[in-house]
Amino acid sequence: MDDLSARPHPDAPLLRPIERPARNFYLIVGILLAIILYTGFVYLRQILFGLGVTGMAQPVTWGFYIINFVFFIGISHAGTLISAILRLSKAEWRRPITRMAEVITAIVLAIGGLHPIIDLGRPDRMSHLFFNGRLQSPLLWDITSITAYFTASTVYLYIPLIPDIAILRDRGVKPRWLYEFLSWGWQGTERQHKVLDRAMNILMVIVIPIAISVHTIISYIFAMTVQPGWHSTIFGPYFVVGAIFSGIAAILVLMIVFRKIFRLEGYLKHVHFNYLSILLLIMSLLWFYFTFSEYLTGYYGHEPNEMRVFWYKFTGDFAPYFWTMIFCNFFLPVLLLCNRKTRTIPGILIASISVIIGMWLERLIIVVPSLANPRLPYPTGIYIPTHTEWMLFIGGISVFVLGYMIFARFFPVISIWEIEEGRKESAKIVTERISSYMPDIKPTSAGE
Amino acid sequence: MKWGMVIDLQKCTGCGECVAACKRENNVAVVEPKESAMGRTMLWMDMLTIFEGDYPRLRVRQIPRPCMHCDHPPCTKVCPVRATYINEEGIVTQIYPQCIGCRYCMAACPYTVKSFNWYKPEWTPGIRDTVNPDVSVRPVGVVEKCTFCVHRRQKAKEQAKSEAREPRENDYQPACAEGCPTGAIVFGDIENSGHRVNHLAHSPRATRLLEDLGTEPKVIYLKEVD
Repeated sequence: MDDLSARPHPDAPLLRPIERPARNFYLIVGILLAIILYTGFVYLRQILFGLGVTGMAQPVTWGFYIINFVFFIGISHAGTLISAILRLSKAEWRRPITRMAEVITAIVLAIGGLHPIIDLGRPDRMSHLFFNGRLQSPLLWDITSITAYFTASTVYLYIPLIPDIAILRDRGVKPRWLYEFLSWGWQGTERQHKVLDRAMNILMVIVIPIAISVHTIISYIFAMTVQPGWHSTIFGPYFVVGAIFSGIAAILVLMIVFRKIFRLEGYLKHVHFNYLSILLLIMSLLWFYFTFSEYLTGYYGHEPNEMRVFWYKFTGDFAPYFWTMIFCNFFLPVLLLCNRKTRTIPGILIASISVIIGMWLERLIIVVPSLANPRLPYPTGIYIPTHTEWMLFIGGISVFVLGYMIFARFFPVISIWEIEEGRKESAKIVTERISSYMPDIKPTSAGE
Repeated sequence: MKWGMVIDLQKCTGCGECVAACKRENNVAVVEPKESAMGRTMLWMDMLTIFEGDYPRLRVRQIPRPCMHCDHPPCTKVCPVRATYINEEGIVTQIYPQCIGCRYCMAACPYTVKSFNWYKPEWTPGIRDTVNPDVSVRPVGVVEKCTFCVHRRQKAKEQAKSEAREPRENDYQPACAEGCPTGAIVFGDIENSGHRVNHLAHSPRATRLLEDLGTEPKVIYLKEVD
């Protein structure tokens, strides 16, 4: 270990968590593993006894699993999509953010993608989807797009990680074999940089349409049916907006957490939070616009079945959730983020957590009320999730935290080489770029 | 040939024999009262109760509700594994060994006719001895629903073949139609203009549930006239 301290690195705060992990790391990992183990046991019980152990019944045949599926996949839009957009638009302030965002995508997507399988009555027959799948079913579209997104986003996470792994390899961080293997022989030659740049450019262009397709298709699962409250043409963009909205909130929370734990105040500065929170504010307004259009058209049309679902949400059993959602997704974030005095780190943290809760409620409000109000007069009860469903939700979150912790234990959460590159080149590049925007100083001929 | 059903609400007394006959015929599992209260009752043929108006003009209607066997079924469209499909005789059937239990068809059905095996189906000892050997017992975790007693169609075909004759008009009757004490349920080939079911289906009293959805149900109700 002493040879490490002999070579001080300019970005030492980014390497510290990997070279000298905190002592309570294993404690937290242990707690999370215990939760996950228990969740595994609960799931095993579901496999043995059937879906009867959940709170689902007729007519509410979809519950927490589908809600969390939509929610987690929504959060996953934080990462790759936002990082790709920021990279593509050459936003210089992206440098400390992209990696963190991409990691969210990779982990959350894996968790979210498992949810439909948890929801299956016969998970043992999952292979039917591949051998007897019907491409006419929106569920198959979903499998296709989520697989594509997962592949693209893990590659997109890994490729910009290679130079950083090489830095760790060169510093002799243990386990050496891991960094040796994953650095893929990176030496930082000019040609390697060129290939890396090209790969990243191709990926970020590919990843944006894939990401948008993923949440659009998730909305299609609902929108393709004729059920009131689901059969809506704006569901595709509405879900995408909601996904990006919750995703930005998730990035902000993680940035604040890592800034605090890893003491990254020097990297995650006020400007990053300011820009991202303004983006969150814009998404909040956009989300409200979509919600408003969705419900106003339903209300104005006044189709009886549509109205049953509408009143169920506005004044019925789901009113508390509905109005909490409006408060969490619109009023609170807008109030906090509009004002420069409250657009501080604590203010942003409160707004982001509120948005995450609000977006989860939105998924609940989309899935359950339409099912709870069938067109024909059936006796319906209220859907109450059981211990099993809560545990699988908590377990899912634990897997996310654990996955993120393990990533942060072995790899830098902020891209070191991109920061270095930024220090060296970006000022010059940006000056050149700006001067290219400016009107030419050369005076136009007076004759014109 | 398209099988269809006409239910005359003028004749229906709401006695529930069709519900019971269906349950016996198709080995539909009996769930515990606690489960039933949660909404996990399994009925392929259900008796809907509709309350119309307010006291003193309150009217209670009873409507037997099998699967509508739509010509454009919203359920078969969304199935990811072809575990539910419409056969060449217009019957929407389920393939239990194929079903993965995603319950998408249940969410997509506007009539909410499908049931799910939340637990392994069980029968009380008395009922266990009387299960119908012609109908396969469903495993846990799959979706099931009314099949117009399609096994009886198979049986009728084989019977006719063994007797070297053409199948007769009423050889194939589902359990509900057979059991109905007032003859309110008429079943047959809805495309055969000589059959009574075709005649009734074109009665001015004929109506179908949620007709405006364009699902083209093959269960036709005859309205009450009083």
